[in-house]
Amino acid sequence: MSTVAIDLSCVRKSYGDKIVVDGLSFAVASGECFGLLGPNGAGKSTIARMVLGMVAPDTGKMTVLGEPVPARARLARARIGVVPQFDNLELEFTVRENLLVFGRYFNMSAREVEAVLPALLEFARLESKADARVAELSGGMKRRLTLARALINDPHLLVMDEPTTGLDPHARHLIWERLRLLLARGKTILLTTHFMEEAERLCDRLCVLEAGRKIAEGEPRALIDEQIGCQVIEIYGGNPHELSSLIRPYARHIEVSGETLFCYAPDPEQVLVQLRGRVGLRLLQRPANLEDVFLRLTGREMER
Amino acid sequence: MREGYAAVMPANAYNWVAVWRRNFLAWRKVALASVLGNLADPMTNLFGLGFGLGIIVGLIDGTSYIAFLAGGMVATSAMTAATFETMYAAFARMRAQRTWEAILCTQLTLGDIVLGELAWAATKAVLAGTAIAVVAVTLGYAAWASIIYSIPAIAITGFVFASLAMVVVSLASSYDYFVFYQTLVVTPMVFLCGAVFPVSQMPSAFQRVAGLLPLAHSVDLIRPVMLGLPTGGIGLHIGALCMYAVLPFFLSIALLRRRLMR
Repeated sequence: MSTVAIDLSCVRKSYGDKIVVDGLSFAVASGECFGLLGPNGAGKSTIARMVLGMVAPDTGKMTVLGEPVPARARLARARIGVVPQFDNLELEFTVRENLLVFGRYFNMSAREVEAVLPALLEFARLESKADARVAELSGGMKRRLTLARALINDPHLLVMDEPTTGLDPHARHLIWERLRLLLARGKTILLTTHFMEEAERLCDRLCVLEAGRKIAEGEPRALIDEQIGCQVIEIYGGNPHELSSLIRPYARHIEVSGETLFCYAPDPEQVLVQLRGRVGLRLLQRPANLEDVFLRLTGREMER
Repeated sequence: MREGYAAVMPANAYNWVAVWRRNFLAWRKVALASVLGNLADPMTNLFGLGFGLGIIVGLIDGTSYIAFLAGGMVATSAMTAATFETMYAAFARMRAQRTWEAILCTQLTLGDIVLGELAWAATKAVLAGTAIAVVAVTLGYAAWASIIYSIPAIAITGFVFASLAMVVVSLASSYDYFVFYQTLVVTPMVFLCGAVFPVSQMPSAFQRVAGLLPLAHSVDLIRPVMLGLPTGGIGLHIGALCMYAVLPFFLSIALLRRRLMR
């Protein structure tokens, strides 16, 4: 097995006049978790579909698990597990039947599916639900079943399109924990997300996208240090323009987004001193995160 | 571009079976209702027209009208079962249920899915067509052995109409389009193709049109078998039906690729 799981080079895709993916190149190493981070409409899902051979690029070259895609995408898909953005489980089937039917799509016999079933159910924490209809499961359980289903062919690579969108925090943390377990087992993960926290927690490296274009790439910590590299003070509830001229001498950089002012300050104390005594202001001092990186790079907050 | 189409064709000779088995499992859960639903309509036609009109019509080509009608109803019910299974159920699996989307993430191709759906629709056509034949045989309008010989013709009829409906599915943006296909194509075929009265009663221009329509070839294969008469032009009928099964099959894959994989 090659050490490069996914290799995209100068990939471009447009629908009519609308460019969805614009000359994108990146490589995902075997065993790493690579994130595609960007707002809705940045092209994340299109890229995930391209990797699976479901969308053909207009130009550019793609190799996935050593196979040219889309020409031989089927052979790549045999070793890929997919967690789609929207659940597409068989609602009228039981948990067990879902896994059996999906195993058959990989040419597995009923016996082969039965052999891996206990481990998959345990992984998804659905041991007691094997014979429950999927329609009766909670949202978090369905997502975990989708994850278990993606593992049925013991894939080398997992492609996950917004795996925790729409889940409550508890269910989300459970999925994150499961994903870390998979990474520890040596799986490669391509993850699309618009959750900064998710990207920061899980990804070894990530690619920040806007309008189909790569605007930054690297390790989450390194990106934050490189682009921001200091504390952040969020200021609500004043006139952003007046405030920004007041604190500008003490700030490395200031962004205004809506009614919030983001002040990137190497010495936050000095900024806070300037604002002391002003009524009606709410202040929040915190370490920089990917949200700030995105704001810095694009001049706007992520839409959710 | 050609490479793109090659990648979505059926990958091998057996991948489609997994899709067929998925549909079989889903059907098993609602089998009773499904069978009754499929049988009620052709059965009503057979008895309603057979006994009602039969009295007025008398003999056709030396047989009773209901015996004449039985072969036509077998072909018609196969056509209807395959058409509806593809237009409504397969369309739902493509759209609302997202079943195809899930399958496309596995090592199956779009062609494998389409082939599995057609095979499944043809299976339902065999069930529906054979059930009518069994009723006709039980009432003494045909011989038991004729069922065995009819089944291949019923199966290919199912494939043909599943394949044609799949083209409609690949073009339809909503269920409303299916009504057009049903009222403008499927229903007229019942009357044009000799299912309820002999083609020879129509003006010669209509007879020529009927010769081009798939249901006419199905009726011409199935009715003589059920009446125990010699079948003429078997090669022509089977050839025409094969063409109607295969060409729309590939056309629908190409259209579905444009629709789903862009």
